[in-house]
Amino acid sequence: MSEIATAQDEQDARRHLLLSSPAIVIMILLGFIPLMIVVAYSFMAPGDYGGVVPKFSFEAYVSLIFQRDMFDDTLTFSSSYLEIYIRTAVFGVATTIFCVLIGFPTAYFMATRPAKQRNLWVLLLTIPFWSNLLVRTIAVMFIIRDEGLINTVLMHLGLIDRPITLLYTNFAILLGLVYSFLPFMVLPIYASLEKFDFRLVEAGFDLYASRFKVLTQIIIPLAKPGIVTGSILVFVPAFGAYVTPLLLGGGSHLMIGDLIALQFGSSRNWPLGSAFSIVLMVFVLLALLFQIRRSGQVKHG
Amino acid sequence: MASFASTGKIDIKRQTGFGFIAVTCLVSLYLPILVVLIFSFNNAMSIGASWQGFSMRWYVALMRNEGFFNSAILSVAIAIAATIMSTIIGTMAALATTRVKRWRGQSATILAITSPLIVPEIVSAVSLLAFFSFIAQTFGISYGILKIVLAHTSFCIPFVYLPIKARLEGMDVTLENAAADLYADRWKTFRYVTLPLLLPGISSGAALAFIVSFDDFTITQLIAGPGETTLPLFIWSRIRNIVTPELNAMCTALLVVSIAFIVLSFLLTKMKQNQN
Repeated sequence: MSEIATAQDEQDARRHLLLSSPAIVIMILLGFIPLMIVVAYSFMAPGDYGGVVPKFSFEAYVSLIFQRDMFDDTLTFSSSYLEIYIRTAVFGVATTIFCVLIGFPTAYFMATRPAKQRNLWVLLLTIPFWSNLLVRTIAVMFIIRDEGLINTVLMHLGLIDRPITLLYTNFAILLGLVYSFLPFMVLPIYASLEKFDFRLVEAGFDLYASRFKVLTQIIIPLAKPGIVTGSILVFVPAFGAYVTPLLLGGGSHLMIGDLIALQFGSSRNWPLGSAFSIVLMVFVLLALLFQIRRSGQVKHG
Repeated sequence: MASFASTGKIDIKRQTGFGFIAVTCLVSLYLPILVVLIFSFNNAMSIGASWQGFSMRWYVALMRNEGFFNSAILSVAIAIAATIMSTIIGTMAALATTRVKRWRGQSATILAITSPLIVPEIVSAVSLLAFFSFIAQTFGISYGILKIVLAHTSFCIPFVYLPIKARLEGMDVTLENAAADLYADRWKTFRYVTLPLLLPGISSGAALAFIVSFDDFTITQLIAGPGETTLPLFIWSRIRNIVTPELNAMCTALLVVSIAFIVLSFLLTKMKQNQN
């Protein structure tokens, strides 16, 4: 009897592997192998017209933080890329924080609406969640440029005499990033609050907890899985952002994403671009590990 | 408790200021899009001009714009191809990894399928660029549009896989067992019981795949060869050149397509919830 069961199990396992094989093949072929090519390229020398010369070189990693002198080959510390890493990290973290600060109250408010209204709210947040990022970034550009809505309104109100420059500043990039990824924070938090048992809040009030205490001691800890998921969904694309800084930073306030595209494009230094990609991947994976650790603690605690 | 009783029914769910933040959040999410939409009807020659009256002229101009038309058709064709492929592949994978006895490599498979979600888009973009140029150099094969379709298929798969998996997890095995009890073979059970129940999940996943492919900019921009201009690439190439509200009209057209599919996917998901 058990032998038949095992044989059946094995047959099932084979069938399931076979059924998932097209997905596995595509992911290996178009996900894993290309990534390994990038890893390999990061240890090679750049070709003259893009591409790489197949010989081992550590130069790309050296130039991540140093600049080689053209004449005597000495290495000097270069802050130009370091500045971009720091800007990227600051923007990634700041975007995540702002998204939590705006996203949590929004998600909570949605979750406490009557069922019918809730569906409408979810739909209204789902639309920007999936809408075209490029078009949404162009839309932000329209709002913050000199003759855009913000400046026009402020001038009409008499608060300013001439337009404040918002476009092509760090502020513009941060605004664009928060605007782009805010729905990615709201929806997961909403999902974790949707089935929230409000009897717990009632119990808190019965024990004379203040509204603030109830929020910080009961609601937020229980919404933590949603906050962690949302933070990952915001941090990963914000950290790797490419279009937003390009359009709203006007080419002068780059992030790692732009640096990578630049090396693969007009700078024709594929090994350096590959090394930047590896740096970006390492940062993202570290952030993911950190978040998974934290959400793991919630489950145990 | 006395103070609670004297104030009547209090709303225990209320948190001061949250409603204000929520409404502000919603308004600011839509305000920029609405401005683009409204000014696409502006009867002005310049994109920065103030409101000069309602006009459809920029949509008429768009209809006559051959570049726009060609790129739109290319985008739709790529999205349809990528949607069909990713939906079939994603559905098969979801069936093989959900509600089944654990098999060796199952978690690795799930991780592989969802991996496009954790790799930053720009990294996927350059690695695909490196991959395709490596293949082209080594084997002398050039694929044109096919490489875009393949790339889109790969990143659309998780978007199909996840809703179908969620739908499957919520499905009762009773009906399928009943079919098996009535001597339906595996294929018949799938065709007449599982598939109809799964259809809302599959369609909603397919709608998402369509949007994700149709909207993609970063990956397509890096791997597309000359002449392979999709709609987002076309808009990108015009951002700095076009100085008329025709740009608004283009953006609006793109948004309308995305929103139509988003609402469709949303309604399909709701349909599944009502059935349950």
